[in-house]
Amino acid sequence: MHRQLKNLRHVISPLDLTVEELDQMMDLAEDMEANPEKYAHVCDGMKLAALFYEPSTRTRLSFESAMLNLGGQVIGFHSSDSSSATKGESVADTIRVLSCFADIAAMRHPKEGAAYVASINSEIPVINGGDGGHQHPTQTLADLCTIRKYKGRLNNLTVGICGDLKFGRTVHSLISALVRYTGVRFVLISPEELQLPSYVKENVLNANNIEYVEKIRLEEALPELDILYMTRVQKERFFNEEDYIRMKDFYILDKEKMKLAKEDMYVLHPLPRVNEISVEVDKDPRAAYFKQVYWGMYMRMALIFTLLELEVE
Amino acid sequence: MLNVGSIEQGFVLDHIRAGKAMTIYHDLKLDKLDCCVAIIKNAKSNKMGKKDIIKVECPVDELDLSIVGFIDPNITVNIIEHGEIVGKKKLELPKQIVNVIKCKNPRCITSIEQELDQIFTLTDKEHAIYRCRYCEEKYHGHRNK
Repeated sequence: MHRQLKNLRHVISPLDLTVEELDQMMDLAEDMEANPEKYAHVCDGMKLAALFYEPSTRTRLSFESAMLNLGGQVIGFHSSDSSSATKGESVADTIRVLSCFADIAAMRHPKEGAAYVASINSEIPVINGGDGGHQHPTQTLADLCTIRKYKGRLNNLTVGICGDLKFGRTVHSLISALVRYTGVRFVLISPEELQLPSYVKENVLNANNIEYVEKIRLEEALPELDILYMTRVQKERFFNEEDYIRMKDFYILDKEKMKLAKEDMYVLHPLPRVNEISVEVDKDPRAAYFKQVYWGMYMRMALIFTLLELEVE
Repeated sequence: MLNVGSIEQGFVLDHIRAGKAMTIYHDLKLDKLDCCVAIIKNAKSNKMGKKDIIKVECPVDELDLSIVGFIDPNITVNIIEHGEIVGKKKLELPKQIVNVIKCKNPRCITSIEQELDQIFTLTDKEHAIYRCRYCEEKYHGHRNK
């Protein structure tokens, strides 16, 4: 029997959490990092279902580590080959079954809207761990927490987002979350073929009167940025191999380009990186992408803690 | 011209683009309605050359016609009571449409799970923009555009 909740909630998009809740969650994540023993048994006897229909290392292990750190256990599958999806089971049926075993679920699926389908059929909280090129809210939690850690704020920032803005779900989620803070402007850097989809421009940027410019050259954008969010051109989002090969080396951030940036411009990347950030940049104190992974785990702990309505003294 | 008797109570959908009556018949789920329905194909029209007409004999609150506003706003919906036209229904874009259009995004969950309802929500009334409830793919304009 899963944990009975007063208010069953799901996180499918970052907008499922209010700005106040995000702030509280970031405070909670910081407290969890500072006082791990305080939270080490809050999930004793509880299970996280990790439903990963496509390969993922970071997100899955981050969720698993988060649950283990809270004293809980993890069940699930790591690819659709090892799940009933190969037998033709629907997402709705899978989550109904898992609701009998687990207390909370994290789902990664190659198709857009899959986590939403799970949420409307679930008796336990569903966390979207990435649905196709659509949304990836827990990556956004990691991004926001890292930006706040390094810059001390989430408002009044010029945020450059570079690479695959069309299929990059982390980009769509991050923009949706950041527009709720005042004074944030975006510099969108991508080749024409990989520009931000119209629904994000119309429904998120224009609908909130957010200032943004689109640029093709990274060098041109760098000097004005407070944050540079690099992304990988994802092979799995292309139906055509030729298009992928043409796009993949479009942007490479190296030591030379970093010289154009401000002293306090931090570089984020949802990882994995291929070659879009040269390894020589890793030693630069402005490289924040590995810290992002670190904070991602604490934010997932904070999210599980919140959705399961847990409390500590 | 072929003469189809007038109806006592119900609706007459006029100025349907020629050839579209059967599609609208299914969209309105008239096949599931236990009442008298007449479909007139290729009727003469001064305005359109030729047109289709659907007459439905039913209580006026029994049929949800909101979807007609999405299919084609040029269709005229006459409301009939006691054998007379008592008004014309104002056609507006419905807030949500279910199982009328399909999401064309090959990455949408509906592309592999066919039993899911195809749900679109009106996100921009002014520009007649609908978005898939699952993946947010855009659908622009009326269906018979």
